[in-house]
Amino acid sequence: MNAWQTWIALWTLVTKEVRRYMRIWPQTLLPPSITMTMYFIIFGNLIGSRIGPMDDIDYIDYIVPGLIMMAVITNSYSNVASSFFSNKFQRSVEEMMVSPMPNWVILSGFVVGGASRGLAVGLIVTVVSMFFTDLSIHHPLVTIAVVIMTALLFSIGGFINALVANKFDDISIVPIFVLTPLTYLGGVFYSIHMLPNFWQGVSMINPILYMVNAFRYGILGVSDIPVGGALVAIAVFIVVFFMAGLWMLDRGKGIRS
Amino acid sequence: MAEPALSIRGLTKVYGNGFHALKGIDLDVAEGDFFALLGPNGAGKSSTLGVVSSLVQKTGGSVRVFGIDIDRDFAKAKYHLGVVPQEFNFNQFEKVEDIVLTQAGYYGMPMREAKPRAEQLLRDLGLWDKRKGSARMLSGGMKRRLMIARALIHRPRLLILDEPTAGVDIELRRSMWEFMKRINREGTTIILTTHYLEEAESLCRNIAIINHGDIVQNTSVRDLLAQLNTETFLLDLAHPVETAPTLEGFSVERVDATQLALSVARGQRLNDAFAQLSAQGFEIVSMRNRANRLEEMFVSMVEHANAESGRSTDKVEVRS
Repeated sequence: MNAWQTWIALWTLVTKEVRRYMRIWPQTLLPPSITMTMYFIIFGNLIGSRIGPMDDIDYIDYIVPGLIMMAVITNSYSNVASSFFSNKFQRSVEEMMVSPMPNWVILSGFVVGGASRGLAVGLIVTVVSMFFTDLSIHHPLVTIAVVIMTALLFSIGGFINALVANKFDDISIVPIFVLTPLTYLGGVFYSIHMLPNFWQGVSMINPILYMVNAFRYGILGVSDIPVGGALVAIAVFIVVFFMAGLWMLDRGKGIRS
Repeated sequence: MAEPALSIRGLTKVYGNGFHALKGIDLDVAEGDFFALLGPNGAGKSSTLGVVSSLVQKTGGSVRVFGIDIDRDFAKAKYHLGVVPQEFNFNQFEKVEDIVLTQAGYYGMPMREAKPRAEQLLRDLGLWDKRKGSARMLSGGMKRRLMIARALIHRPRLLILDEPTAGVDIELRRSMWEFMKRINREGTTIILTTHYLEEAESLCRNIAIINHGDIVQNTSVRDLLAQLNTETFLLDLAHPVETAPTLEGFSVERVDATQLALSVARGQRLNDAFAQLSAQGFEIVSMRNRANRLEEMFVSMVEHANAESGRSTDKVEVRS
């Protein structure tokens, strides 16, 4: 394929993915906004007013970046995991396999499509949060870079999960038993400085902590961890996961007999 | 000399469970041919076509599509291939038109080129009125035609049809045959697998029979039929009989009380058999072939190959 044909193939796959989640928006875009509204009402307004400030910031303001990031992570991941696994399940993945489209285009198409849903949901949650607090962004470039990189990283993760999955249960195990606990323990609702030293150390091996804090730094200007290192770490993870996904795709893992 | 549309040499496939699906097959399909690949279930037809279309990873051997080695440049070879698989493999919730246009995009076709091509194919295959509807609302026959439209969107030179008319009613099957004949006349090479041997006999010029991962016959349909030594006719009787009659020079079996199976070897005359039956008081009210000619040939070849290899004679499934 020449460069123009490759671009058409990539654009086709991305728009197909966007069309898919827009077609079923009551399942894909609406639920996260309702869930996050509940978080803002309960944790932000009702309980948050009794908790008091966190790192000298109002509690509702403190949790906004974490909640946006939580929505971005879960939606990016689950979009690609469910979409690609559905393609496997319905065998429509064969449409791509018989075409001359390179594997990196297939991977990139799903990842960009999934990341776009994560970012769309993140935007919706941001708009919802504005009904509860005045949001100002301290470092726009850091904010944008972190949210895009995180969406890409978890989209790739969802793709790998779908590649190795054999049944629908396999694509819900990671979000339920890995992503959700790591996100909740990743400093969405609290500062790790509140934890005893030992648990602070344990928290430092949670990659989601770095993403939540880097994003919080972009919006609020405060972070539990060094932001530069977090950005580098996310970038390295993206490269490693992308290469792993491509390697598996090249070998036909889960899709070729 | 022009490169064959498809050239396979020493193709082997061993699945993860140790099953040897292909045992080193060689096969050539000339450009412009209408070629049938036949074989009983599990013989290796779908594995062969799966390797050619990249859905199955080969264990050994080589495959060339119009001279392009798939190990060297599979992407280039894929531009020449259109694949219609045995089972529906599109997103049932997508619109008919979107399924075809998306496939065009995967081949890097710009929309201004893809849209008129999709319209032409959907009209030719009787799907234009359904283009805005969800694919799951289509009937089984329409879904098969949708897969044909999708496979042809990028103008492939070699079209692989894996049981394209399975489950399709006779009227629709015949209209699909006419469509396939037309695109073959227009230059598209077609490889067809089918259980309907009547389909292979009426459409294809050349044929290969595959059994237990080996090609047991590879010749023209005409030559294959010339090898047919015996035809079996079913005779419907006016009155029930208890036992089959004995006819000199012919083999006769009683199928049921009002039907006999008469085997006629090449060179024998039906008149002789009828004369003997009349003399013994049998009244024949109608007769027909027990199977189509190719079907008899196919069954005898597969059974012969099984016997030679010492395998039990599998039941060969054919539909006519």
